[in-house]
Amino acid sequence: MKIHEYQAKEILRQYNVAVPEGSVATSADEAERIATELGGKVIVKAQIHAGGRGKGGGVKLATNPTEAREAASAILGMQLITHQTGPEGQKVKQVLVEKASDIEHEFYLGITLDRAQSKLVVMASREGGVEIEEVAAETPEKILRETVDPGVGLLPFQATRIAFGLGFEGKQVRQAAGFILNLYKAFIGADCSIAEINPLVTTADGQVLALDAKINFDANALFRQPNLAELRDLDEEDELEVEASKFDLNYIKLDGNIGCMVNGAGLAMATMDIIKLSGAEPANFLDVGGGASAETVENGFRILLSDPNVKAILINIFGGIVRCDRVAEGVIQARKNIEVNVPLVVRLAGTNADVAAEMLEKSDMDFSVGHGLKDAAEKVASAIQ
Amino acid sequence: MSVLVDENTKVFVQAITGREGSFHTKQMIEYGTQVVGGATPGKGGQDFEGVPVFNTVAEGVEATGANVSIIFVPPPFAADAIMEAADAGLELIVCITEGIPEADMVKAYHYIQSRDTRLIGPNCPGIITPGQCKIGIMPGFIHQPGRVGIISRSGTLTYETVGQLSDRGLGQSTAIGIGGDPIIGTRFVDALALFKDDPETDAVVMIGEIGGTAEEEAAAYVKEHYDKPVIGFIAGRTAPPGRRMGHAGAIISGGKGTADDKMAAMKDAGIHVCESPAEIGETVEKALG
Repeated sequence: MKIHEYQAKEILRQYNVAVPEGSVATSADEAERIATELGGKVIVKAQIHAGGRGKGGGVKLATNPTEAREAASAILGMQLITHQTGPEGQKVKQVLVEKASDIEHEFYLGITLDRAQSKLVVMASREGGVEIEEVAAETPEKILRETVDPGVGLLPFQATRIAFGLGFEGKQVRQAAGFILNLYKAFIGADCSIAEINPLVTTADGQVLALDAKINFDANALFRQPNLAELRDLDEEDELEVEASKFDLNYIKLDGNIGCMVNGAGLAMATMDIIKLSGAEPANFLDVGGGASAETVENGFRILLSDPNVKAILINIFGGIVRCDRVAEGVIQARKNIEVNVPLVVRLAGTNADVAAEMLEKSDMDFSVGHGLKDAAEKVASAIQ
Repeated sequence: MSVLVDENTKVFVQAITGREGSFHTKQMIEYGTQVVGGATPGKGGQDFEGVPVFNTVAEGVEATGANVSIIFVPPPFAADAIMEAADAGLELIVCITEGIPEADMVKAYHYIQSRDTRLIGPNCPGIITPGQCKIGIMPGFIHQPGRVGIISRSGTLTYETVGQLSDRGLGQSTAIGIGGDPIIGTRFVDALALFKDDPETDAVVMIGEIGGTAEEEAAAYVKEHYDKPVIGFIAGRTAPPGRRMGHAGAIISGGKGTADDKMAAMKDAGIHVCESPAEIGETVEKALG
């Protein structure tokens, strides 16, 4: 689960990770008031989940409260387009107004899971404020790593080693090491999957601060983080995806025009792949999961059809725990309750596939049967030509 | 003709009386698996379908001589269940549970490293040696005893592969669903090593997906150590970067772990890479000559 920068910074504050002073505003008036309270120069930053906000015009410097007001009114309500939002952009509804820092140096600091070792790893670099993926690809020696022993957690000497490695000197070494240890505590305490400070900065007056913060949470741990679940911003998520999640359907919207409904994530991805190999484009990923009932299938249908791009539908079910006859029942039921006016191809295999085929035959539905994956994909691809 | 499990395997079910556990225990018994016991805290002394239920795993293992456990424990308690099974001395632990917090799995993974045990999963369909032993949630009837090993990150895509092999009369020696999570107990390389030394396995199919670098590591292993033909498929070529496709592991980030990278590494290692998921059975048949 993703959250906004201002929310991430609030969490960091709770763990004594130093962040600039500031707060969030939903109007220009409010932004002006916050800027007045902070005094001096401020930064006004658009709050959307996507990165690259600065390049898209979503971050502005203001030297006084009036300028902060102007910056906020320019940013609030804008459709901010970045490399992560897609061409339609994301509407800005909140801005973070923060005291501007007099930056001396920008660093990178991040914590995440190293899958190869099944351990957390702390990564840091003197090359902050830039795309860290590029640094990692071009100059991997510029990234420092400390692997966390799960038995004891991140140790003070490791944090100190990073601080020295980053070139900190004098009393700033302890400050930086403390910052790193507190970030680690936040990571564990809030069940994060990623905590990234880019940039981590040193200021002219000797502070070590998180100028930006990106935190993602482990969705599987939200059951024990009730406060964090409230930070979810549904406006940042695709409407259909939110709707699908209400029915425990795993749906991701894509750009093509073949709607697909599949059980299991791997088979769902493979179905998207074979649609493409057959010369068409998938409109979505939809995994109806291991316990698909007639009702789930009907809801799945409704979601597929609310995407106006969908010109044909492929249902691909390999029954295991999911019984094909239940899926067939859902398809027949959906057909009665919802107007389906696009071609439909159904491929059912596994548990009770024969019963299901018979049920579909007997219904007065108009559909084609896919015999195997390839045939199903080719039939649905040719249906839109 | 198998790895890890066969007709002598004695299975213990953790959360045997739960909704999932009870349903699949019946299915496993029906398939012919020797289910010797189960645990549900507080229900010790009862029995389920003739199988004795214990309060703790240690107690149950001592009484029944079980050597493998299967876990249906809900996500908040599943990592603890894995560690309890390891502590009880079980040699193989199959964890079906989906949705275990990452932090819990980091602990469980490292806890079991110091014990003489192997974990399969979590978030997997389990393991089956057709005709002998089914420890998992897969539909038993699609399988056929045979000489092809399967290692897969995905559940239903494993069934698809099994189906294609059975349709061609090839069958399976053992099919292992290794699971779709970022932290799993048995990786491709581990499973490949098991099949390598199994005289009853002539070829191995590996079904991977986008995300992580496990397939690349497997390709390097195959290049170095393998004589048997390996057939591979990677799901998720069309998946957009940065999106989580149902499996927690299936996410491409930072330009790493794309399907194209994996397929290139696999081809370079001499693995027969299927472009389409519909060609797996056919490719195995050709590779076996």
